[in-house]
Amino acid sequence: MRWLLPYPLLALALALMWLLLSGVSPGQVVLAVGVATGASHALAALGEASPAIRRWLAIPTLAGVVFHDIVVSNLEVAGILLGIRRTRGAGFVTVPLTTRSPSALAILSIIVTSTPGTAWIDYDAARNEVLVHVFDLVDEAHWRQLIAERYERLLMEIFE
Amino acid sequence: MSVHLADVPLWAAILAAFFLVLGAGLALLGTIGLVRLPTFYQRIHAPTLGTSWGAAGMVLASMIIFTAASGRLVLHEILIGVFVTVTTPVTLMMLGRSALYRDRSERNPEVPQFGASDADDDTAQGAS
Repeated sequence: MRWLLPYPLLALALALMWLLLSGVSPGQVVLAVGVATGASHALAALGEASPAIRRWLAIPTLAGVVFHDIVVSNLEVAGILLGIRRTRGAGFVTVPLTTRSPSALAILSIIVTSTPGTAWIDYDAARNEVLVHVFDLVDEAHWRQLIAERYERLLMEIFE
Repeated sequence: MSVHLADVPLWAAILAAFFLVLGAGLALLGTIGLVRLPTFYQRIHAPTLGTSWGAAGMVLASMIIFTAASGRLVLHEILIGVFVTVTTPVTLMMLGRSALYRDRSERNPEVPQFGASDADDDTAQGAS
């Protein structure tokens, strides 16, 4: 199965994207499958390891948690910018991580970045630490715990 | 695809207007923050309003209007949201790391300095 479709998730995503952009018809389905298979084999030539998803059930939980946090932090940052809430000072937090899976780290960087109020600045691969800048920094331990307990634990369930 | 806005039912128009104003308002607020906040590291937080619910609001409004007007499900706008979300960290990390590198080189007390891996960094730079 692997030789036929080296990256099943990537192929599925590409085929879905093709159908969303061009509309669903029998001809387009054939084209979408062809393009997705060809693109997967092109990536396979580069030799990237395909991420293995271990626990699918954790994905909706993580999506729900992230959706909730993005809504809440949008309101918080908008409130600070409008002058309704006062910021208690911005600052850097060094967060030690446990996972070294490239897929988990990539998703974690997307979560931290797309949540307003936290920005992933630098990652130290030797010490497996990430430097995050927080817009409204009250308690450094709170942010370390938020990233490790709320996001990283679920990501490790999914990928490791 | 021809779309007649007069065909859009009132409830869909109100819902779309709500999301459009919400998205555009958040994007505007983020832009004002980008101009007005005092330091670089604070400024990079403001546009994330535009890349999260700013973009999501506008995408939802577009999906509602075109689905209601054309009578079939129009979803391809969701790709805009997906690609904005997935690509933002790349540009943000590039800007953040270059700013951090300059501030550390200038020994700016506002940013955390090179840690215990300082010596490794220096030898790596010397070798390259």
